[in-house]
Amino acid sequence: MDFEKLTALQLAEKIKQNQISVLDGVKQVFDQIQKNEPKLHAYLDIYKKDAYARAKQVEKGIADGTYTGLLAGVPIAIKDNICIKGKKTTCASKILENFIPQYDAEVIKRLDSAGLIIIGKTNMDEFAMGSTTETSAYGVTRNPWNPEHVPGGSSGGSCAAVASGEAYLALGSDTGGSIRQPSSYCGITGIKPTYGTVSRYGLIAYASSLDQIGPVGKDTADCAALLEIIAGHDRKDSTSIERQDLDFFKSLNGSVAGMKFGVPKEYLSEGLEPDVKDAFMETLKTLTRQGAIVEFFSMKTTEYMIPAYYIIASAEASSNLERFDGVKYGYRGADYEGLHDMYKKTRTEGFGEEVKRRIMLGSFVLSSGYYDAYYQKALKTKALIKKEFDQAFRKYDVLLAPAAPYTAPKIGESLKNPLAMYLGDIYTVAVNLCGLPGITVPCGIDQGGLPIGVQMIGECFMEKKILRAAKCYEMARGAFPSPWKEAKEYETI
Amino acid sequence: MKQYEAVIGLEVHVELATKTKIFCGCSTEFGGAPNTHTCPVCTGMPGSLPVLNKKVVEFALKAGIAANCKVSRYCKFDRKNYFYPDNPQNYQISQLYLPICRNGWVEIETSAGKKKVRIHEMHMEEDAGKLIHDEWEDCSLVDYNRSGVPLIEIVSEPDMENAEEVIAYLEKLRCMMQYLGVSDCKLQEGSMRADVNLSVREAGTRAMGTRTEMKNLNSFKAIARAIEGERERQIELLETGRAVMQETRRWDDNKESSYTMRSKEDAKDYRYFPDPDLPPIHISEAWINDVCASIPELREEKQERYQKKYGLPAYDAGLLTESRALSELFEETAKVCGNAKKAANWFMGEVLRLMKEKSLEPEQLRFSPGHLADLILMVEKKEVSAQNAKRVFERVFEEDIDPVAYIEEQGMKIVEDTSLLNDVLNRILDENPGPFSELLGGKEKVFGFFVGKLMKELRGKASPDTVREALAKEIVKRS
Amino acid sequence: MSKMIDEETIENVCILAKLSLNEEEKKKAREDMQRILDYVEKLEELDTGNAEPLSHIFGDKNVFREDIVTNDDAREAMLFNAPRAKEWQYQVPKTIL
Repeated sequence: MDFEKLTALQLAEKIKQNQISVLDGVKQVFDQIQKNEPKLHAYLDIYKKDAYARAKQVEKGIADGTYTGLLAGVPIAIKDNICIKGKKTTCASKILENFIPQYDAEVIKRLDSAGLIIIGKTNMDEFAMGSTTETSAYGVTRNPWNPEHVPGGSSGGSCAAVASGEAYLALGSDTGGSIRQPSSYCGITGIKPTYGTVSRYGLIAYASSLDQIGPVGKDTADCAALLEIIAGHDRKDSTSIERQDLDFFKSLNGSVAGMKFGVPKEYLSEGLEPDVKDAFMETLKTLTRQGAIVEFFSMKTTEYMIPAYYIIASAEASSNLERFDGVKYGYRGADYEGLHDMYKKTRTEGFGEEVKRRIMLGSFVLSSGYYDAYYQKALKTKALIKKEFDQAFRKYDVLLAPAAPYTAPKIGESLKNPLAMYLGDIYTVAVNLCGLPGITVPCGIDQGGLPIGVQMIGECFMEKKILRAAKCYEMARGAFPSPWKEAKEYETI
Repeated sequence: MKQYEAVIGLEVHVELATKTKIFCGCSTEFGGAPNTHTCPVCTGMPGSLPVLNKKVVEFALKAGIAANCKVSRYCKFDRKNYFYPDNPQNYQISQLYLPICRNGWVEIETSAGKKKVRIHEMHMEEDAGKLIHDEWEDCSLVDYNRSGVPLIEIVSEPDMENAEEVIAYLEKLRCMMQYLGVSDCKLQEGSMRADVNLSVREAGTRAMGTRTEMKNLNSFKAIARAIEGERERQIELLETGRAVMQETRRWDDNKESSYTMRSKEDAKDYRYFPDPDLPPIHISEAWINDVCASIPELREEKQERYQKKYGLPAYDAGLLTESRALSELFEETAKVCGNAKKAANWFMGEVLRLMKEKSLEPEQLRFSPGHLADLILMVEKKEVSAQNAKRVFERVFEEDIDPVAYIEEQGMKIVEDTSLLNDVLNRILDENPGPFSELLGGKEKVFGFFVGKLMKELRGKASPDTVREALAKEIVKRS
Repeated sequence: MSKMIDEETIENVCILAKLSLNEEEKKKAREDMQRILDYVEKLEELDTGNAEPLSHIFGDKNVFREDIVTNDDAREAMLFNAPRAKEWQYQVPKTIL
């Protein structure tokens, strides 16, 4: 049966109605993996045997009423910075090449109790530092739309897996755009939830104040359903928020008529590729036609977002990554003489170039004599950025922005100039700095045949608003093509 | 030679007596097999996250309030970054920018009189693991059982001048923490540790000299020796025209000297920044009030009360309140026997003597105050001789036996049986006409002979006093 | 002008971060860091006068756990990944003691 086009919810529904078995769903994913993976390299580890065993269990569980959720029986891929007990978790780094956590991340427990089936671990930028998945120590992942191009990053493996049908759903993590940007590059949907909505317990930290795990899926409804499963208060994470309104799936009904959308003018200035800009403007028109009110406004702190973000993220990263020292787990350098030499060899050999760059930057901005000028200044800037967003949300329900200034770059181009790569995160980082929820939805295809995404940003805890807006937009837009289809025509699934 | 004076400030680490670690549910119990009290959080596993133990905040507040500190209504944890294997994350979660308590003081008393030592701040932090050297393979082994045990660090102002003041200050803190129940402050187990910051300057001048920090001081004796050693080392440097380096030094108590801990690899730049994993702590007025209300009577107040209410001498009141455990035993004993003065005598005499003899700390005492009270009452009622009572107390002290039952069993109970006494007295006097006539003739020594004979016959059924009295009466009667 | 990143700065950062770079890497690291710092210098233009440094986005509620032992002996799991272990301890090169 050809059901690779099904969304996760549709698959789950068919499983529930006994039209498709759980095993078939899993098999379909592995067929797709077998076909595409040699070219794509979206996965770092694949659990074929476990997944089939689990599929049988879930099949039974669905039949006997153990698993009643919206996504029971659906195969899912996990970004390799999320710990699964007994499974290698590397963060795409050599320094964790042999690390096997003895505990599950909270999200993994939630997926298990919802009856999802974990297919494997996906590739990413090393420790989630990068925007292309090229900093992985285990090779690049290719964009399913065009293998010459990157899938984006850092959750590039998760997004490529979903876009190519190698998974129905995936978990990614987003520290500065790492779900929203690759979702855009891969023509799929991804959500960065409000900070504290999804437990970070078991997520290997990049920048703790910015990191959030989020869903990656074929459309808004899939993402909403997955978010509903993984969201929720966790006592093991002190930054986890107790909130009640987690029934995201229900919020998808409704229209955007009368909803107020704001577009920061500064986001449309220099650096935005014409194709992306056109697709974005077209999106505004589509929303307007649906009765939305779209206005432009000025976001004066725009040019300070990237500097503040990179200082804060690097500072936290430099500290978070100190624990990788060859003592308790992971790689230990060879031929060392004494303790400090062991540390240095382990870390120098174990970390890749981009990670080292950020560790060094982070160590510098926190060091004696520079703390106030850089780190403290960045925290103050963050406060001002937050203030500006707060003000914007007094006027607007949702803010709109491109997900990235351009479509997926060619492999090998981005790392030549790290600063230029950092600048590409301009539309996504502020969402993390302010803890806001954001969703990326595909909104067009550029002349080169690569997808373009639009980002909808909500006020903290206002996931439901952006989900409703995204769903309405999706319906107005019509079905979006998938890369594996020969014809790139719009067609209703 | 110029006259110098030392300027000393202390950083005291106190391990808090919580059941669990500061950021995870692992036990803080001392002495478990290596790494048996560890989990992903306190071994720094990737993806693990800290969650603050509320009791740690409560204990820190108690300590701060008792030391007259100002409580920060809003405080945060910061990360102190440095690489060392005893520190699994390679950063220690501590407080730099907004510590929980600031600006306090405690009063100390030395031979020079009373003096206030100001406290700069108190902050919460996590302890490190334990490193032991493995001679066999010439490597080190790490045990994270202590990693994450909660500490408060008490930072004093440089208000002390000599070892006597430093020891008095430490004794004061230790006593205060024990009374508060926030720490047992055992130096030998490392639950109280002190780093000494010391500089010297010419006597009478006000400018501060360059200070050094001395670590690894494991006893009051070591602290005293290290202070004297460091003072002399710095004076020697200055006298020979050299400069004191600002550095951390490690005290070697066996060699009675210190050496620098500086190395090229220690940048001593801790890059403190607010820990993003731990939200700030808000301390409400109500919470502060609750903590204030929970602070027990501390030593000074107790001492005063013992003098006023029980009429004890200052010296006795001082000794009895040296530890909360001892004072509690004493108060309970006094309450049950209804005679504080007598109870105090027993503590000052027998209890302290036996503690010293068996080198026991007050916390290790196992006898029930009720048993000691029973014994005191029996002595008061002349039901046991003072001498026997002391012997019985040794058993109470060691095994906490029931003294009443024991005295009965051993036939030590004095039963004032007058008819028996009179019968025996008359019989003995009649059986020994010779000595009795000597007694009547004024030979005092023979009095003792008769008392001894009587006591032997009566086998504890009458007290020596009663026997003497009866004998004296009989002499008068028969003469 | 932002801080000039010289060799000493890189050396110092390497000590802090426990990294060792060869000459070529050091040169590259210097250039990269200089470029990034020159860029982030932009922040200096922004008047952050009265702004309180925002370290935590949410944080108006205390988050505590109760003082109850919840963990058993897990040393086997904790030592499972240790590159070197001996007698239930993590083995490291000799520390200066």
